[in-house]
Amino acid sequence: MTATVTPSSGHKAGNPEKTDNGGARGRRPLRIPDRIRQGGLPYLLLLPAVVLELLIHIIPMVIGIWVSFRQLTQFFIRNWGNSPSAGFDNYKIAIDFDAPIGQALLHSFLVTCAFTVLSVGLSWLFGVAAAIMLQENFRGRNILRTIFLVPYALPVYAAVITWAFMFQHDNGIINHVLHDQLGLTDKPSFWLIGNNSFIALVVVSLWKSWPFAFLMLMAALQNIPRDLYEAASIDGAGIWQQIRKITLPSLRPVNQVLVLVLFLWTFNDFNTPYVLFGKSAPEAADLISIHIYQSSFVTWNFGSGSAMSVLLLLFLLVVTAVYLLLTSRGRKGSNG
Amino acid sequence: MARPRSPIAPPQSFVWTRRVVLTLLAAFALLPVYVMVSSSLKPLEDVSGTFEWFPANFTIRPYIDIWSTVPLAKYFVNSLIVAGSATALSVVIAVFAAYAVSRYRFRGKRVFTVTVLSTQMFPGILFLLPLFLIFVNIGNTTGVELYGSRGGLILTYLTFSLPFSIWMLIGYFDSIPRELDEAAMVDGCGPIRALFRVVVPAAVPGIVAVAVYAFMTAWGEVLFASVMTNDTTRTLAVGLQGYATQNDVYWNQIMAASLVVSVPVVVGFLLLQRYLVAGLTAGAVK
Repeated sequence: MTATVTPSSGHKAGNPEKTDNGGARGRRPLRIPDRIRQGGLPYLLLLPAVVLELLIHIIPMVIGIWVSFRQLTQFFIRNWGNSPSAGFDNYKIAIDFDAPIGQALLHSFLVTCAFTVLSVGLSWLFGVAAAIMLQENFRGRNILRTIFLVPYALPVYAAVITWAFMFQHDNGIINHVLHDQLGLTDKPSFWLIGNNSFIALVVVSLWKSWPFAFLMLMAALQNIPRDLYEAASIDGAGIWQQIRKITLPSLRPVNQVLVLVLFLWTFNDFNTPYVLFGKSAPEAADLISIHIYQSSFVTWNFGSGSAMSVLLLLFLLVVTAVYLLLTSRGRKGSNG
Repeated sequence: MARPRSPIAPPQSFVWTRRVVLTLLAAFALLPVYVMVSSSLKPLEDVSGTFEWFPANFTIRPYIDIWSTVPLAKYFVNSLIVAGSATALSVVIAVFAAYAVSRYRFRGKRVFTVTVLSTQMFPGILFLLPLFLIFVNIGNTTGVELYGSRGGLILTYLTFSLPFSIWMLIGYFDSIPRELDEAAMVDGCGPIRALFRVVVPAAVPGIVAVAVYAFMTAWGEVLFASVMTNDTTRTLAVGLQGYATQNDVYWNQIMAASLVVSVPVVVGFLLLQRYLVAGLTAGAVK
């Protein structure tokens, strides 16, 4: 409650002009009890959100960290409080890259990194291309915008199951086009097992995430003042130059958030590989979330699975912190 | 949102690049939709053989069979209840939280926003098991069944969409001049009345955008749905797998069912998309 008597005004916009709520004389004595009353209100308004975040996100995470120091196997699932302590054993096993478990984890981590870089990079590229091309009004613009948002609107499982059908070896459309119609491959390929599964995964993930990039970038483009382009074209700047000099630099603040959000969603993505491949993904497409799911729910070793999750969380924390540090410094530099 | 044409028409090179790029992107976006629609109109023998672009033996049989192969109607109702309730609650809670952050200065504000946003980082897999254990324990000690019930899934999903919703609404509320609600308060409204009389009506596009996002999050989630539901509370995300676990994979029925479960979300989304763009423009991308 002490926050209510801090020198700064209760409202951020301290507009000096508009002070006429009761006149200058009545204002000071009226304002203080007013602010004390407000002091509790924000907390009350936040209460439901805080309770839910605690129940669904924060407390489970703390328990998850606790479980990572336990030998929690199927024998202790009924009374998990009594599972024996494991110390750092779960972690040691997870990062022992010479032993099979650590080796598989490292492999899965590297696959996820490659997958994320490809998916996020291409999603951004597709999104920015579509947003810029739809910036100008022309016939068919609205219908194209609607079409581009369809992959985003489709429920994940319905869309991914359709892709699974398209990638089928015998009756899928991909092999029909690549092999039967275009003759690009000697024989029909397997897309959902073996090394090709990585390509299939990137394609599906890209298809699913680029419309989100498009949506965010399209919204951001609407905030660029029109006069900038008019002034540039009067000065003789062509359209490509306008894109390079005005559009792309204006997108920087959105890009900062967008790339981070896409990175986190893609790196943690579970739904796409799970619907595409089922409970165990092929080695080439063994994303970290599926790998950990397998390590905990299929082999019933929750301590080990939790340790891997905590390591994953630490990795994401570090990457996010470094990313935010780098990008906001770059931003300040360009403004100043 | 019509914008004037630029005074100088874009050069031919740009127009042609635009045509090619947009055509390819549209084909990429729509290919699965085409496969879904055309395969859902074929008999099982045809979808099991080599792919054909056009249905040779046109049939609407799959659309009749999907309802009896698996209890699709039941899953549909479950999904509607879960996603609908999660959306309604999530929007209300996010509006309250965003109003507090946008309009008040209080201790712990930064901690709150940073913590809420950072939950986006949590791998779902890290808290799946603990949440399961918590739900089971709550059920054992208080008798409130969260595990396996719709209630548990509603609580989970509504929390999943909260961070992004709160963040987006803070941006949107910040763009509404504070003079509006301050004037209402001078006229004798309490802060809550000012919120509902002034701020919420001015923020409709942002709120619709958040509702669409929350609904889609709940309608499409697979991982928690597969662990947290049982036979009576099963949602579409898990139920759709029922067409593939038998001896045959009924691809035509899977495609028909996928289309049927997509229609409500896609139609709703496309109808509301202009709000979504407006909400993002004013809120998230500022």
